[in-house]
Amino acid sequence: MANTAPVHHAGDGETRRDFLLHSTIAFGAVGGAMAVWPLIHSMNPAADTLALSTTEFSLASLQEGQAITVVWRGKPVFVRYRTQAEIDAARNVTLTELVDPAPDADRVKKDKDKYLVLVGVCTHLGCIPLGNKPMDPRGDFGGWFCPCHGSHYDTSGRIRKGPAPANLAVPPYQFLDDTTVRIG
Amino acid sequence: MSTEKSVWRRAYEWHEQRLPIVSFLDHSIGTKYPAPKNLNYFWNFGSLALFMLAVMILTGIFLAMNYTAHKDMAFDSVERIMRDVNFGWLIRYMHANGASFFFIVVYVHIFRGLYYGSYKAPREVLWWIGILIFLAMMATAFMGYVLPWGQMSFWGATVITNLFSAIPVIGDPIVTFLWGGFSVDNPTLNRFFSLHYLLPFVIAALVFLHIWALHIPGSNNPLGIEAAPADKIPFHPYYTSKDAFGLGFFMLFYFAVVFWAPNAMGHPDNYIPANPLVTPPHIVPEWYFLPFYAILRAIPDKLLGVVAMFGAILVLFVIPWLDTSRVRSASFRPWFRVFFWLFVINAVVLTWCGAQLPEGLPLIQGRIATIYYFVFFLVIMPVLGWIETPKPLPASISTPVLKPAE
Ligand code: HEM
Ligand code: FES
Repeated sequence: MANTAPVHHAGDGETRRDFLLHSTIAFGAVGGAMAVWPLIHSMNPAADTLALSTTEFSLASLQEGQAITVVWRGKPVFVRYRTQAEIDAARNVTLTELVDPAPDADRVKKDKDKYLVLVGVCTHLGCIPLGNKPMDPRGDFGGWFCPCHGSHYDTSGRIRKGPAPANLAVPPYQFLDDTTVRIG
Repeated sequence: MSTEKSVWRRAYEWHEQRLPIVSFLDHSIGTKYPAPKNLNYFWNFGSLALFMLAVMILTGIFLAMNYTAHKDMAFDSVERIMRDVNFGWLIRYMHANGASFFFIVVYVHIFRGLYYGSYKAPREVLWWIGILIFLAMMATAFMGYVLPWGQMSFWGATVITNLFSAIPVIGDPIVTFLWGGFSVDNPTLNRFFSLHYLLPFVIAALVFLHIWALHIPGSNNPLGIEAAPADKIPFHPYYTSKDAFGLGFFMLFYFAVVFWAPNAMGHPDNYIPANPLVTPPHIVPEWYFLPFYAILRAIPDKLLGVVAMFGAILVLFVIPWLDTSRVRSASFRPWFRVFFWLFVINAVVLTWCGAQLPEGLPLIQGRIATIYYFVFFLVIMPVLGWIETPKPLPASISTPVLKPAE
């Protein structure tokens, strides 16, 4: 009964018992974290959600000046067949004027630069900007206008005015043939 | 004969020896819990909040029996509750308006604490737990509002979850994690339902800690001075009956709204089923979030706006140290009282701004109100404690009554 307390070696800091205690706590903590990870990760996108990640559509019926909206991963994607004037407007900007500088040429596919493909989600807080329908307001720069907190995007989908911090995102996409596009 | 105990008495004592639950309640909220004798009706709002929590859990459990957490069925299941389920309309209107009244009660409760200095020593931990309850309530109400899956549900959820995308580097993975996908969608609805069911019970546990922390120093009072034992009366029957009277009065208002204006505090757009491709022209959160929404939008930078919005609540955790005055009650602080009422008006202005489009006059007003909100806590509270001369405090709660000051 009397000899349960460890003999503490004054001066040498750590005892065997401290070492055992600390390594037990460390193993317990690592084990606990490993046990929690499956629970946390179960909240990330599931395999079937990820499987819906590509969308194909055709540009055949799209006329110059028109825009369509397709759905990709539950979000709208804006596809606009730009007029020459809109392309020129997008190209004749000094990059230093832009909030999020990016040349128009980097935001379209080479030789297909009349087609602009953008994720139609405002980079501020996720509203859908207006400007794809003929009657929609297109903002001060002829592209899109987000009504939620007033962000204006230009004809390259770049942010020009308002609280949004970044340009409308260009999704990963490729032309399967002249008029068929696959997003994702 | 007269000393013989009845069989009920013996059964009661047998049980108390094994689980002293009646004695426990008697010490917590009964005859053995002494409370200052001068508490006014602002001290009603704690028990009113407890009542509302009970109403929310009870009505919520019965709603959940008829609610379907699926994006294709949620909206229709709520409409079925409204039209076909017996008394479904009553249960849902009690729940939806109950959230509003819960917030009204808790806001009065918080302002009461601010006015009478209840956050000061020795009640700092009690105050902290209160703020945790407030945060958990906001999370619960936000996720509850998503469940009917109307347009405001969907777009409110989109805007609020996107707030986290303002965090540098890890922001976007966090948002994807919250959604369980690439936009607010069925996985989001499912987890929100699960958490909406869970959090009220977390709140109940926090309320238990809150009341425990309250019982260590006991209640503060309108004079803000220590209550001597002679100035205390048993909680039961004095405050149980006062609280019950206040509850009856409160229910007149609550049920007047439930029966005669059940949609007055809601938004008509939430009776339009959610459409992920069309954003309503003007997104507004529920009224109880408007002051914080106004702060978010007052700042033109996305990250700073989010920081200010969360900071507006987190600053409450440190006010026990920001307030340098030793005097608790604003009744004895002539200047603090002025700034306090300005703060209340300011909160109303912020609420109004939060409901307007953020441009022109409302934007400017929102900015001024945001500045005052922070100046009140970060500048006025510390400075006033040093420069203000408080009025003399009475020696005890009874003194001003027995010997009125000349
Ligand atoms: C702190 C307590 C609670 C708060 C503040 C709260 C808040 C809300 C709010 C604001 C709504 C949306 C009302 C609407 O416009 O339709 C809602 C809906 C709902 N809540 Fe709660 N709630 C609470 C507790 C609970 C509990 C404990 C349950 C379940 C056990 C529950 C189940 C539901 C269900 C099924 C709905 C969807 C039906 C509907 O929209 O009316 N709630 N809640
Ligand atoms: S979400 Fe588009 S401006 Fe805020």
